[in-house]
Amino acid sequence: MARKITYQQAINEALDQEMSRDPSVIVMGEDNAGGEGSPGEMDAWGGVLGVTKGLYHKHPGRVLDTPISESAFIGAAIGAACNGLRPVAELMFVDFMGVCFDQIFNQAAKFRYMFGGKAETPVVIRTMYGAGFRAAAQHSQCLYSLFTHVPGLKVVVPSNPYDAKGLLIESIRDNDPVIFFENKVLYTMEGEVPEEIYTVPFGEAAILREGDDVTIVALGRMVNMAQEAAEALQKDGIHCEIIDPRTTSPLDEETILESVEKTGRLVVVDEANPRCSMASDIAGLVVRKAFGALKAPIEQVTAPHVPPPFSDVLEDLYVPNAAKIERAVTRVAEYR
Amino acid sequence: MSGIHTLTMPKWGLSMSEGRVNAWLKGLGDPITRGEEIVEVESEKIAGALEAPASGVLRRRLAAEEDLLPVGALLGIIADADVADTEIDAVVAEFLANYVPPSEEEEGGGSVPGKIEVGGLRIRYLKLGAGGEPLILVHGFGGDLNNWLFNHATLAVKREVYALDLPGHGESTKDVADGSLDNLTDVVIGCMDALGIPAAHLIGHSMGGAVCLNVAKRSPQRVHSLVLIASAGLGAEINGDYITGFVAATNRRALKPLLSELFSDPGQVTRQLIDDMLKYKRLDGVAESLDRLAGKLFANGSQQMILAEVPEVFGKPVLVIWGKEDRIIPARHAPKAGGKVRVEILEGQGHMVQMEAANDVNRLMESFLG
Repeated sequence: MARKITYQQAINEALDQEMSRDPSVIVMGEDNAGGEGSPGEMDAWGGVLGVTKGLYHKHPGRVLDTPISESAFIGAAIGAACNGLRPVAELMFVDFMGVCFDQIFNQAAKFRYMFGGKAETPVVIRTMYGAGFRAAAQHSQCLYSLFTHVPGLKVVVPSNPYDAKGLLIESIRDNDPVIFFENKVLYTMEGEVPEEIYTVPFGEAAILREGDDVTIVALGRMVNMAQEAAEALQKDGIHCEIIDPRTTSPLDEETILESVEKTGRLVVVDEANPRCSMASDIAGLVVRKAFGALKAPIEQVTAPHVPPPFSDVLEDLYVPNAAKIERAVTRVAEYR
Repeated sequence: MSGIHTLTMPKWGLSMSEGRVNAWLKGLGDPITRGEEIVEVESEKIAGALEAPASGVLRRRLAAEEDLLPVGALLGIIADADVADTEIDAVVAEFLANYVPPSEEEEGGGSVPGKIEVGGLRIRYLKLGAGGEPLILVHGFGGDLNNWLFNHATLAVKREVYALDLPGHGESTKDVADGSLDNLTDVVIGCMDALGIPAAHLIGHSMGGAVCLNVAKRSPQRVHSLVLIASAGLGAEINGDYITGFVAATNRRALKPLLSELFSDPGQVTRQLIDDMLKYKRLDGVAESLDRLAGKLFANGSQQMILAEVPEVFGKPVLVIWGKEDRIIPARHAPKAGGKVRVEILEGQGHMVQMEAANDVNRLMESFLG
């Protein structure tokens, strides 16, 4: 386990190993081979940030460059999944997902349900999300809650390289449509990742830190900020328990509830906008099922209800950070 | 400045880069005997107690409880009562002036595990130390070379010590062939061939003990001595519920009560220990490997390969160590002491006695090996 690779390399390795193991796995997306001004196939880009770089030549004919038409190629991936392939489609930024909602919400998510449980749609849609990249309002949103809302989809939000690889392999092997959220700021994060093939199951939260005072539930990039905050808070004598649900659908309710039953205090950290979000969903869950255990009002640390700003200064204010988490935890811990 | 001894953050296992000071077990000014446990330290993976390197008085406690410090950082000072404070302060100042925390690149530097080909399998091993008669550490069912993290470096002071990952375990190939003891034995002998080790001292824990017994039975000329810790292969009984449960467990909730059976102190079963075990169990091929081994070696909750005659027949020194409260394999399986067979039963200890009572087990092994 000593080998460390980045989040981006972990995703690349998962795809490479599953493509080698299972000939029905294909990869498709924009700029897999060439973008404007590139020499094309000779210097295949591997997607806009190069996550699939190297796969094009390693798996000939199984890495497809698509036109810039999300509705067309996501539809094609879903169709291919219905016909025996296991496509992994890359939809650059989740912000562009809107143009193929029919294919995702109304088709892929419904097939198993509408065809007597006989239809399987083993498609994975990989997509980048999140602010902090100076990419403005149309390339920085955090939209996993939209997909979590729709039954029939599975939604994965890995927070570190180990989970990214294991959850992606699990996604590829899963027989239902999976939306796989990659935080672009995490691409350079390094972590220990086994060279061997492994899976991380859906619906099982990770407990990253144990503590008796306050439960922090955090997702994606926020998990690392929560850890930073928890380390600082420990010096003040506040011991946090950090839970990373890893998948928002299915959601590991039991681990969250067990923790809050122990601590009685909850802070939910979600990079998304606050309304109808995972933060409000998890807060609602705890109020419904662990109300008696609560010793303080639940705090939510989220982005404000505005689009991600383009200004660097405002964008930094927009995204939750360790200092904001610390303040929220302190308020919750001190509440009497 | 002789007579002033530093206590520093230990490095337990390859990945440890920092540790947390859990609790001081001795107060400032307390008299200390060499080998006494002074401070409890916790890495990401495991908690353990640091032993006094020398006798004297605990003169300084430089690390506070809950401090998170890099490997090698100064924790405290032991010195005789008559050593002047100014001398101690000078040693501390000098230490702090020269101390450089290990950098990312240095982590594990010099002691990185290697991989060798044995019969078409890739076998991971970690070698520490040099010279002397080689020693090989063989872990048990579901374990890996990290099971020796509190023992490996100590044993390696006087000799080269290899810890192996058996097939189906750790980072070795997840292929246990027919799951037989002979297959595991072939691999250990194959490792000795590949590493150019004509003969070695063998130390085995649990199922690894049975493997070592089988090596001694089949190739006695390649074994100098045997240390068997909570060993399989010496009797029929085994905790079948543990074996079946461990093979079947796929999540934290299922695994935690099972792992607690291994230790006398359930506090040893940390979040990280459970996570690491889950990470291992989720590697492709592990479930099949464990299932096959369990089916072959421990079918119906009963050990299938009993080599109880080997310690006596072997005719070379054998040390048997057992925790009296072992809940996996009962301590009454220990053979009769006498002749070249020495038996040590540790009160209050469980199955993972080499980890939980590392300091005692290390002393027994050191005095046995000489």
